Amino acid sequence: MQQLFNFFIRNKTFVLFLVLFTCALSLTIQSHEYHRSKFIHSSNQVTGSIYGTFHGISQYYNLKNENKLLLEENSQLKTVVFNHKNLAQVDRVLESTYNILPSLVYKNSFTLPNNYLTLNMGSNDFIKEEDGVITSKGIVGIIDKTSANYSRVLSILNTNSRVNVKLKKTNHFGILSWDGKSPEITQLKDVQDLVKIAVGDTVVTSGYSSTFPPNIPVGSIQSYRLNDTEDLYIIDVKLFNDMTSLEHVYIIKNTDINELKALNISDE
Amino acid sequence: MNNIVFIHILRFLFLVLFQTIVCSNINFLGYINPYIYVLFILLYPITNNRLLFIFISFLLGLSVDVFLDSGGTHAAASIAIAYIRPLFLKFSFGAVYEYHAVKFSNTDFSQRLVYFLMLIFIHHFILFSLVVFDQNELLLIIKQTFYSGIFTLLLCLLLTTLFSNKKT
Repeated sequence: MQQLFNFFIRNKTFVLFLVLFTCALSLTIQSHEYHRSKFIHSSNQVTGSIYGTFHGISQYYNLKNENKLLLEENSQLKTVVFNHKNLAQVDRVLESTYNILPSLVYKNSFTLPNNYLTLNMGSNDFIKEEDGVITSKGIVGIIDKTSANYSRVLSILNTNSRVNVKLKKTNHFGILSWDGKSPEITQLKDVQDLVKIAVGDTVVTSGYSSTFPPNIPVGSIQSYRLNDTEDLYIIDVKLFNDMTSLEHVYIIKNTDINELKALNISDE
Repeated sequence: MNNIVFIHILRFLFLVLFQTIVCSNINFLGYINPYIYVLFILLYPITNNRLLFIFISFLLGLSVDVFLDSGGTHAAASIAIAYIRPLFLKFSFGAVYEYHAVKFSNTDFSQRLVYFLMLIFIHHFILFSLVVFDQNELLLIIKQTFYSGIFTLLLCLLLTTLFSNKKT
């Protein structure tokens, strides 16, 4: 026993190094798994408020661009309103189950393999995990952590991200993931090789998951190839969103989510 | 003595904020960012209390991690270079280090360059290995280490030269 203690005292620097290194390593491994990073995330009060303070400064640089985006969206919405007669009634029933809240991006990253965003709304604004985040142009990600006033978004530019999407033309669905390379291109997998696809086809959300309503634009097909077993396509999808400059986003809250979850549980 | 402690606390806070608010948003050529906060570990005075030093390095890395949502990658890389620092001090500064008489503001530029270069590249290599976390992507890790390392090195040399006269 004495010798053991002596050993620790003699090598105390190394022991401390080892302990702390193991801590850091386990945190790293946790962060590589979806929904596991419990302690270290930027949606807490301290980091949130600091990002908020500095966001006020950087906001001014994007004002012009943001104005343009909002104008574009306004005109788009006006077009929809003026042509309202042509909309099918079914759509209105579907839309009523989603609440949409505007929010600001405090922090965004896109260079790492696992990227997250921090938004300025949290559980005080009734934001929950699994809520979807979109812009006027397309999807951004899924809420992953919330604190009282801030929330963290698992960006679609995250190797752990999986979003259910479909081809707009043929309604065939697949899983959208990211290979960690270009912030403009994501990969659509699990589409059967008998589906006819063409470069430039639009990809939209499928609505099969409770996170996103159907038919939110995602991107267009840039190129496609078969996977190793030659029965499924790997499709490169060019995102409509510019993920490198996000400012105003919308959080989609599904008001029927509890009902849907209850259904799924009874299925199992 | 209190003055030195105060300066280091200030430097700690400044570097963490500067890193997270400015440096991590540079994205030069799409993905190259400097990791300037290592300067704190590089310039930490040479002490015999290595336990405290390693612990502070851990805190430094962890605070950057919290801001950048990167798990524990920065913390791991930081304590790694904090632990092996004496080895490189001896290698770069030689006999001067033996007497604990190294003052970074008085050292040769070339000696300082070698010291910075080696520790920064080791830090970045560990950092990107953990960030990418895929052994098949070794080329990507080395590429990112190389580019970001050069960027960090330039900024570190620039900052130390800029503030060298005021340093206590």
